[in-house]
Amino acid sequence: MTLWKPDPTFYPSPRDAAAAPPEKLAYVAAFDRSATRPDAMAVLDTDPDSSAYGTVVGWTDLPFTGDELHHFGWNACSSALCPNAPHPHTERRYLIVPGLRSSRIYVLDTKDRVSPEVVKVIEPEELAERAGYSRPHTVHCGPEGLYVSALGGADGREGPGGIALLDHTSFEVLGQWETERGPQYLAYDFWWHINHDVLVTSEWGTPSMIENGLVGELLLGRKYGHRLHFWDLRKRRHVQEVDLGDQYQMALELRPAHDPTKTYGFAGVVVSVEDLSASVWVWHRDGKGWAVRKVIDIPAEPAPAELLPPILQPFGAVPPLVTDIDLSVDDSTLYVSCWGTGELKRFDVTDPFNPVETGSLRIGGIAGRAEHPAAPGVPLSGGPQMVEVSRDGKRVYVSNSLYGAWDDQFYPDGVGAWLAKIDSAPGGGAFTFDTRFFPHGDDWRGLRPHQTRLSGGDASSDSYCYP
Amino acid sequence: MTLTAVLLLGAFHGVNPAMGWLFAVARGLQERSRDRLLQSLPAIAAGHLASVAVVALVVAATGSLVTGTALSIGGGVVLVGFGLWRLLSKRHFRWVGMNLSLAQLTAWSFLMSSAHGAGLMLVPAFASAHTGHAGHAMSGGLGIAALHTLAMFAVAGVIAVVVYEVAGVAVVRRTWFNLDRMWAVALIAAGVFTLVQV
Repeated sequence: MTLWKPDPTFYPSPRDAAAAPPEKLAYVAAFDRSATRPDAMAVLDTDPDSSAYGTVVGWTDLPFTGDELHHFGWNACSSALCPNAPHPHTERRYLIVPGLRSSRIYVLDTKDRVSPEVVKVIEPEELAERAGYSRPHTVHCGPEGLYVSALGGADGREGPGGIALLDHTSFEVLGQWETERGPQYLAYDFWWHINHDVLVTSEWGTPSMIENGLVGELLLGRKYGHRLHFWDLRKRRHVQEVDLGDQYQMALELRPAHDPTKTYGFAGVVVSVEDLSASVWVWHRDGKGWAVRKVIDIPAEPAPAELLPPILQPFGAVPPLVTDIDLSVDDSTLYVSCWGTGELKRFDVTDPFNPVETGSLRIGGIAGRAEHPAAPGVPLSGGPQMVEVSRDGKRVYVSNSLYGAWDDQFYPDGVGAWLAKIDSAPGGGAFTFDTRFFPHGDDWRGLRPHQTRLSGGDASSDSYCYP
Repeated sequence: MTLTAVLLLGAFHGVNPAMGWLFAVARGLQERSRDRLLQSLPAIAAGHLASVAVVALVVAATGSLVTGTALSIGGGVVLVGFGLWRLLSKRHFRWVGMNLSLAQLTAWSFLMSSAHGAGLMLVPAFASAHTGHAGHAMSGGLGIAALHTLAMFAVAGVIAVVVYEVAGVAVVRRTWFNLDRMWAVALIAAGVFTLVQV
C-alpha cells in the first residue's frame, strides 16, 4: 500500500500534469436501466498502438442490481502532494463508485489488472447512519479524506443533500462534512479552490424531483436548483449563496480553474425556462465575496413537433440541455456538452469572461440524430453528455447517457449506448472524431455508459497546490 | 549522544518536506514572492522548536524525579513504541487549510513535528544531559533543542530557496523518499540506542 517514492501519477502543478503521458485505459461506469442485471465498470483500451484500441477490454459486473452507477472518482490524487498534510506515498489505485439510485458505494481495486475487482461495499445504511445522506454522487480526494456529495437525506427524508466524508484508507463513512449549512438544501456537484480554503457546491434536486424523470410542473415552477454555494473548506461552514436567477434551472457541473492561484470557475446551467436556452457561468471573487456572470448562452433550436418527444412537443424546439462541461488542465479550453441538440462545443477560455468558440461537433441529438463517421448510416440517439479531457488536453471522451429516467423522456425510442473519442489539437486547431474509437451498440452489452475516468487521472479528477 | 548527532538529526528533520520547507515553497509560489517564502521559514522553525522543547522539558522534569537509569529505560521504551506505531500506522497527519497566517503556520509546524515525534527522537540526547541537577538538565535540554532547530532551519531554508529558485517543485516527484518510514526506523533506533546504553 505505501510506496517508497510518490505515486508517479501525482503532479505538483497543473503544468506538470499537462505533460503527463497519455492514458492507457479508460474506466466507464455503465448501468442497466431495467435494474434486472448488475451495473458494470467497463474498461476501454486507449493505447493507439494496441490491437484492442478503442474496444472494451475489461468488464466488472457489480454484485447487486439497481445501483444506477453515475459519477465516480479516485481514492487519491495529486492533492496528496499538498504540503499541509502530505501523503504522497499512497497509491492512486481504488475507484470509489457510488450508485446514485441505490445509495450503495463500491470500492474497486484497479491495480495490476484490467478488469477492476470489488474490494469493499459501503451499504446505504452506513451512509445514512453516519452522514445522514442518500443518493451519493460526486467523489473528490481531498485534505480530510474522500468527499462524496449526496442529493438526498437519510431515512426517507428528501433533504438536505450535502457532503459525506470517507476515510482515506479504510473508506469508512466518517460523517457529515458540514458543520453549518446556512440556507443550502439542494445538492449536486462540488469542488474547491484548495489553496484558498474555499469549497463550492451546486444544486440539482431532491430524490423525488429526479428519480421518476424531469417533473414539468416543478421545472416551470422554477423549483430545481439555481444557486451556487460557497463554503469555508477549513471550518466546513457556509459562507455565501449566489443565485443565478430562478429561470436558470439546474446549475450542475462545477469546474474551478486548476491553477491554485486563481479564484474563478465555470458552472453549466441545463435550461432557462424563459427560452429553453442553456448557459455557462463564471464565478469569481468580487471584493470579499463571490459573484457570477453568464459568459456563454446557447439558444434552443426550432424543430418540427413530429421529431420531438411528448415532453418537448408544446415548445416546438430542442433545448441544448448543457448537462456537462469540462475544463482542460491548463485552464485554456472548455468543452460544453449539449445533450439535447447533440453538439459538443469547444471554447477558448484563456480569458474566462470572454469565451471564444473554436470548434463544434454534432453527434446524436433529439432532432438531429447525427451519425458518427465510424458508423455511417446509423442514426444515433442520445447526445454528448459526460465529457472527460485527457491531462494533456489532446483527447476528449464523451458518453451518451444522462440519467435513466431522463434518457427515457428525451429519447423515448431508446437512448442507445455509445462513447466517442475526439482529437482536439491545442490552440483551437483540428477538432475531429477518432474513427478508430467508437464503442457502441452491443459493445455495451445492453448497459448505458455514463462517466469516464482515465487511468492516471484526467481533467476533472485532480487538484493541485502548486501553480 | 553527541552534538554532531543532535545537528544531524536537525538536518534530517529539515530535509523532510513534510516538516515545512515544502509549505514555505508553496506559500512563495502562491504569491510569486520569495519574501513570503523567507517569512514562512522562521514561523515553521519556531513551531518545530516549541515541539522539541516540550519534550526537553518533560525529560528534564521527569529526570528530577527518577534515576538516570529509569529515565533512559522509560525514554527508550516510549521511543521504540512510538516508532513501531509510526511504522505500522496507515494514518497520515491531517490538516485542512492552505491559506494560513504566520501564527497558524507556527501552530501547524508544532503539531506536525509533534505528531511525527520530532522531539522524541532527541530523547537520548536529553537524557544524557541529565546530570542530576534539574536546572542544568533543563537548560542543557533547551540548548540541545535550540541547536537542533538551528540545523533544521538552515537545511530547510537552503532546500526551500533552491527548489523555489532553481530546481522547481516537480523535483519532489522523483526525490521525495518515504521519509516517514525512515523516520519511524530512526525513532526505534534512538530508543534501542538509549536502552543499550543503560
